[in-house]
Amino acid sequence: MAALINVPAKARRGDVIEIRALTSHIMETGFRHTVDGVLVPRDIITSFTCRYNGAEVFRAELFPAIAANPYLSFFTVAKESGKFEFEWIGDNGYSSTASASITVE
Amino acid sequence: MPTTRRRFLSLAGGVTVAGTIPVVTLRPLEATPAMLTTAIRNVVGEAQLRTGRVKLDIPPLVENGNTVPMTVSVASPMTADDYVKSIHVFNEKNPQPNIGNFHLGPASGRAQVSTRIRLADSQKVVAIARLSDDTFWQVAADVVVTLAACTEEMN
Amino acid sequence: MRLWRAIAAATLFAAAPALLAGEIPPDARRSGYSFMGPETRAMQDDDTSNPGMLFVLDGEALWTKKTGGAEKACADCHGDARGSMKGVAARYPAFDNALGRPVTLDQRINLCRANHQQATPLPYESRDLLALSAFVAHQSRGVAITAGDDPRLQPFVAQGRDLFMQREGQLNLACTNCHDDNFDRRLAGAPITQGQPTGYPLYRLEWQTLGSVERRLRSCMTGVRAQAYDYGSPELVALELYLMSRARGLPLETPAVRP
Repeated sequence: MAALINVPAKARRGDVIEIRALTSHIMETGFRHTVDGVLVPRDIITSFTCRYNGAEVFRAELFPAIAANPYLSFFTVAKESGKFEFEWIGDNGYSSTASASITVE
Repeated sequence: MPTTRRRFLSLAGGVTVAGTIPVVTLRPLEATPAMLTTAIRNVVGEAQLRTGRVKLDIPPLVENGNTVPMTVSVASPMTADDYVKSIHVFNEKNPQPNIGNFHLGPASGRAQVSTRIRLADSQKVVAIARLSDDTFWQVAADVVVTLAACTEEMN
Repeated sequence: MRLWRAIAAATLFAAAPALLAGEIPPDARRSGYSFMGPETRAMQDDDTSNPGMLFVLDGEALWTKKTGGAEKACADCHGDARGSMKGVAARYPAFDNALGRPVTLDQRINLCRANHQQATPLPYESRDLLALSAFVAHQSRGVAITAGDDPRLQPFVAQGRDLFMQREGQLNLACTNCHDDNFDRRLAGAPITQGQPTGYPLYRLEWQTLGSVERRLRSCMTGVRAQAYDYGSPELVALELYLMSRARGLPLETPAVRP
């Protein structure tokens, strides 16, 4: 299962940069039923966090109204070269991570 | 802005998705305006809810309610003493009133978040921003959800 | 809802002027992309926000993964897909010598698995088959469709055309009634397209996942209240072949995004 992360490779100090994160997840709402009337249990990502050199710069709490294969775009100020770490946490012990590096000049 | 590059990352682990297509059906179940009000009060508390400063970009007529692109932005200098703490998005008629809570800070540089949401029916979407001075600002948009012809759903 | 849609559909066709079923001239052929709103177009246009690319990435990983009794990966025979697979999907469904009939890209992948990898076939619409198929077809993005040019395919293209023109189901509608005669009109709020299969497998917002052209054809058949043909049936393959030959010259878009 893949994730697509978009972080600029290079930025000037003080630039406001856009970060995009798209990940594979079914985001089953927990409100749907099979034709036999059986409830399909909820299976969603409930939390997404982005850390920049260890410090949290963005966090999201997600609900069943977020579409499948969740997409998030947000901004941060390029302060220093280093690493962005992304973490998705969800139902049934779901957890996945990704990272991307940036050079700030 | 520097040129962005694409990064393709494969994630270890994760969930497996069955190869079959589940045949599922939605039962009539929707949040009520009272549920929306309660959900908003849970975030805002007793504080005054003002209109303005928040912009909600969402198509007024969507092609499919299962994946609706949406952007919320807030007019804020995003400095250490004047910034947006969080953005909260709600809906009126999904089974549940909450859509997402997004936590920002001065390090965000720009108070703007985009995602894709589900709308079960034509309805109102509300975005609320909490600023660093703990004031709350809101905006609402009405969205018409068109129903696709020849869908697979069985209801 | 079902009944209401059926009535809406019946009303539309009763009110529509009697048009003769006819093929769309080449210079009037348009991808489903041109019928979409700006938001859905934007989702397809940007690879970093196109959810279909998640499947392409999965397919890229599968391409180099050894599998089956032969312990071989696709890449062991075909090498770098960027070169070896470029233009391939634009020619599918293609004639298979051994079988004496056309096979789809999905079927070709499973034939490769059986004959060269000694691996079990991947089920239709399974994530792995869609991912591999999307990865292979993605290598042909921008390549003009030429499927059906092989003269040996001629009878199968004709069979597909017959099926396209054949009224069926409780609504007694043929594919041509919507997609040749009434494109650019609307059905229950949704635009009717020409039904050009330029971006499969594609990410449909309704499905919230990637799906094949066969899945789309089957849901059209359900829409006119007909019994849908099975996945991989000769009828669906012939229909796909006719549709691809009907889209001749249009560029492939895989992975497309559609409402």
